[in-house]
Amino acid sequence: MSSAQAVVTVAGAGNKLRVQHLGMVFERDGEAVSALEDINLDVSEGEFVCIVGPSGCGKSTLLNVVAGFLSPTSGSVTIDGEAVSGPDPRRILVFQERGVFPWLTVEGNIGFGLSKLPRAEREARIAHYVQTVRLQGFEKAYPSDLSGGMKQRLQVARALAVNPDILYLDEPFGALDSITRVIMRGELLRIWQTERRTILFVTHDIDEAVQMADRVVVLSSRPAKIKDILIIDIPHPRNISSPHYLELRDELLKQIGLAYEI
Amino acid sequence: MSSITKPRLWESFFWPTIAAALLLAIWHYSVVFTGTKVFPSPMNVKTGVVELLDKHVLWADIGDSLRRVALGFGAAVLVGIPVGLWLGWSAATYQVVNPTLQILRPISPIAWIPVAIIFFGVGDRAAIFLIFLASFFPIVVACVSGVSSVPPVLRSAGRNFGLSTLQLIWRVIFPAALPQILVGVRIALGIAWLVVVAAEMIAVDSGLGYLVIDSRNSGKRYDLVVAAMLMIGIIGLVLDFSIRQVERIKSVRWGFRDAS
Amino acid sequence: MWLRPVLFIAVLLAVWQVAIYRRPGQLLPGPIGVASGILDLMQHGLLLRYVIASLFRVTWGFGLATLTAIPLGLMLGWYRRGEMAFYPLVQVFRPISPLAWIPVAILWFGVGDLAAIFLIFVGCFFPLLLTAMSAVHNIPAVYFNAGRNFGLSSSAFVSRVLYPAVVPQLLIGLRITLGIAWLVVVAAEMISVNSGLGFLIVDARNAGNRYDLVVAGMVIIGAIGLLLDLAMRSLEQVRSFHWSSSED
Repeated sequence: MSSAQAVVTVAGAGNKLRVQHLGMVFERDGEAVSALEDINLDVSEGEFVCIVGPSGCGKSTLLNVVAGFLSPTSGSVTIDGEAVSGPDPRRILVFQERGVFPWLTVEGNIGFGLSKLPRAEREARIAHYVQTVRLQGFEKAYPSDLSGGMKQRLQVARALAVNPDILYLDEPFGALDSITRVIMRGELLRIWQTERRTILFVTHDIDEAVQMADRVVVLSSRPAKIKDILIIDIPHPRNISSPHYLELRDELLKQIGLAYEI
Repeated sequence: MSSITKPRLWESFFWPTIAAALLLAIWHYSVVFTGTKVFPSPMNVKTGVVELLDKHVLWADIGDSLRRVALGFGAAVLVGIPVGLWLGWSAATYQVVNPTLQILRPISPIAWIPVAIIFFGVGDRAAIFLIFLASFFPIVVACVSGVSSVPPVLRSAGRNFGLSTLQLIWRVIFPAALPQILVGVRIALGIAWLVVVAAEMIAVDSGLGYLVIDSRNSGKRYDLVVAAMLMIGIIGLVLDFSIRQVERIKSVRWGFRDAS
Repeated sequence: MWLRPVLFIAVLLAVWQVAIYRRPGQLLPGPIGVASGILDLMQHGLLLRYVIASLFRVTWGFGLATLTAIPLGLMLGWYRRGEMAFYPLVQVFRPISPLAWIPVAILWFGVGDLAAIFLIFVGCFFPLLLTAMSAVHNIPAVYFNAGRNFGLSSSAFVSRVLYPAVVPQLLIGLRITLGIAWLVVVAAEMISVNSGLGFLIVDARNAGNRYDLVVAGMVIIGAIGLLLDLAMRSLEQVRSFHWSSSED
């Protein structure tokens, strides 16, 4: 598919998420606007896949369809062979901002999806995920007391607490400053490697994609089609100065159509 | 705003005291100056208050007024919030019902009095109905506004966790809209307090409003009139202050920006 | 689009009419009775006269309150200490229903127009004062800094920064207070004058149980209140006042 030397086999072979001939057409002011065209994608269990593309190309739409918030106008989305018919706690979406519930504490948010569990187990799980995202000491704090990065970590903890099969993230670090962004990438990778979830991550940041993903799906501008899928075969932790990394990054920039000399 | 220095804590007691003293002085001296026989001076009012307290009339009247407010306002909250949540949630229902609400809303509760009297006769029930009517609209309006300003992200997040519609409204929409709903509740309480006084002047024969009218009618006791007015003002202030305390509870406070 | 709400109202009216039929000898009129009541008023030339009387009082009371409360409120909002001094007093006066002022109003102004206007004035003064004070508070600090940065004199600052920043909020406050004024005029007229819509309601009942006129009066009050509100809202939309919405 691209400049990769070898195909990397990802842990847990077998298709988790299958997107087939997905199309999405919106009606705007009486005119049909095509957002997505013929998207085909297979994601394996435990894989970390990034979706990149220019602003407004439809990446978030794709994520919303796959997560079940929108119904596609054509094509299908199946997870473990089952068709996706709506939002489901087995697939949690982490939003870019304002996704945490401001009237609940950190504990309240993380425990939000756990109301059906007995009390002891719920509290144990909450404590575990507070640890996982490193928010110890803030259990009783409200989101208004937390920084942007902490709120995103809270969202991730809330998502993980319900043990989802797949984690969707819609530009989760987009509203954060660049230093926090770098830190959060490390955090997310660490959590991914411990928890071994399937992750579908939308971003417009090329570096982010190359630093984190096993595979990067490149979308064209609207109507979005898959331009290419790059395989990032560098083992973690990735050296962002290594020649291979830079090679892949350049390849990605070229795919998006950006010059690399400003 | 244009303060050269930030005012100190003692000043927040000092200046109001000066203003109040100024007001009392102007009041006292204009009574003396105009030589009026009827309008009370501050001293007269004070003795008037004592007199009312002595006769135990004041507490009974305050109790009556508060009771009516509690019932009418309470009913408005219990009915208005679910109705408001439903109207805010279902755009279709809102579209159908809203014009009717907009037409009924500007009709002064006072104008409803004759109708209220027909249905409930003269007395408590009519007053409570009027208070209910007057409090109902601000609460419904605030609920609708609160629901529509819930960020869609929160709705999606709620659905993502598998909540049914009813659960979604109870666990996400209602808490998210609560700050705005509380503002409407506070406004409604203020209105309820205004209306109870009005209702008591016209449709019942106890309570602070009645005290105001009666003091004048049976003996031109303007000292009692002003004493009653003062009581009305103070209790209204206490009610407002109490509700504002609710707004400070942590799980609602996030919805209020810190204003002076 | 507008069909459904109209249908809903029609259904309500129908239910109302049927309920009246079922209880003959009932004092309350049905919608048809109300409509004929309105026609009745129009024929006697009373409708226009009463509406104008009520509007007249509102204009005077509301106008006087605006002219006094807004400048005072802006000033108090500006001078922190002034506000600290008067805020508690305002908070005590505000919950006193204008109706509670009736004995005082009659004492000072006698029974008549002046008393009614005074009641409306009292009902509008305190809310407008608070609106003006709050509007000054809500001016973003950056405006002040920008004004000082550009070396504006005080008067230039007031006319070029303060006033434009304050107008949108004032308009909203004026609209709400106009609604209050309309509620108060009805109450004031029931008690102390002999013309106007509030008077109509009281008089129609006392002099012959003409409940069709009572409800007709209510309907007209509601309609005019709604029109006043819509008129103020369209004023808010006027372009030269419209800048604040772009903030969000």
